[in-house]
Amino acid sequence: MGQRHAYTEYHPRWLRRPVSTYWWLQKRSYFAFILREASCIFVAWFVVYLLMLVRAVSEGEMSYRQFLSWSASPLILLVNLVSLLFIVLHAITFFEAAPRAMVVHVGGRRVPNGFVGAAHYLGLLAASVIVVWILLGA
Amino acid sequence: MRDSITLQVARYRPEQESEATFDEHEVPCPKEWVVLDGLNHIKDRIDGTLSYRWSCRMGICGSCGMTVNGEPKLTCATFLSEYGRGPVRVEPLRNFPVIRDLIVDMGDFMRKLVRVKPWIVRQAEKPLSEGEYRQTPEELDDYKQFSMCITCMLCYAACPIYGLDPKFIGPAAIALAQRYNLDSRDEGASERMEVLSEHEGIWGCTFVGECTKVCPKHVDPAGAIQRYKLTAAVESMKSFFMPRGA
Repeated sequence: MGQRHAYTEYHPRWLRRPVSTYWWLQKRSYFAFILREASCIFVAWFVVYLLMLVRAVSEGEMSYRQFLSWSASPLILLVNLVSLLFIVLHAITFFEAAPRAMVVHVGGRRVPNGFVGAAHYLGLLAASVIVVWILLGA
Repeated sequence: MRDSITLQVARYRPEQESEATFDEHEVPCPKEWVVLDGLNHIKDRIDGTLSYRWSCRMGICGSCGMTVNGEPKLTCATFLSEYGRGPVRVEPLRNFPVIRDLIVDMGDFMRKLVRVKPWIVRQAEKPLSEGEYRQTPEELDDYKQFSMCITCMLCYAACPIYGLDPKFIGPAAIALAQRYNLDSRDEGASERMEVLSEHEGIWGCTFVGECTKVCPKHVDPAGAIQRYKLTAAVESMKSFFMPRGA
């Protein structure tokens, strides 16, 4: 036994295996998780975009029209499209987690997870219908 | 039906080497043989120095968790025939320091488990003359799923958060805390809340969901954690808006 490998019964010489920098590429679920974490950047972008829209509107018609034409540029369209995809991923994850986080009892009986999930999607649908109604009605 | 399969078994002999190596052995693979049978065959017939933990051989003691072809598995519940032509690579559980061969040091998990007080906490025991603490089937159902945990630590091996931040209290400890929090006889929820609501408690979890996928007892630790996040958030809102208690 070499001096380098001193090992006694009461003080094990552990083998510690560091996590690879590319651990998130090793499994689909890990990769999906990293995408989901990244989605927060796009959520933040939509907030900034909305604030910019509000500022443009407050500065008058000219400024609003400039904002619209800037938004129609291919780069911003692409950024917004990618952002939308990430927001959808974010929402789906949230809706998947929700039924597992919420235990709902009705009349002393536990509501199945599927119902809780479906209620969330119905809520999303209702909110979307209201938004579309406002947009088309305006 | 093949009559043998190659097992690639990770070895780490701290008195001889500073890195893990792999030994290859051909072992029989009748259809009823699990990975653990293959390891037992090696230990009994080929190389008696191979070290690994196992006990019940029926998926209840939680001792024989290892990484099989990259996935955390109970080796007593993983059939060799699932791997077709092989080879089958057996390594120690990830995210834990290895003591020897396939044996990991579970001290970190054990210390965390005790912190969440996985037992029934009573502020005052009622006198024996009042009889037992009764529960309805519905009250039992509330926590039964989480009581199935066998502390095999597969969920820790699957959790990248625990791998990156070993301070994270981890899936099984939180699921077992919930097992007692949701028990109608228990009064220790606020004591557990102090540990669970730490930064390294439930908030460390970012819902990767792998713990639930690998759990051999369908405990759903990821669900337990998300559920507890909601409880903790509601409690903290309550204490913010009603500081003197509702």
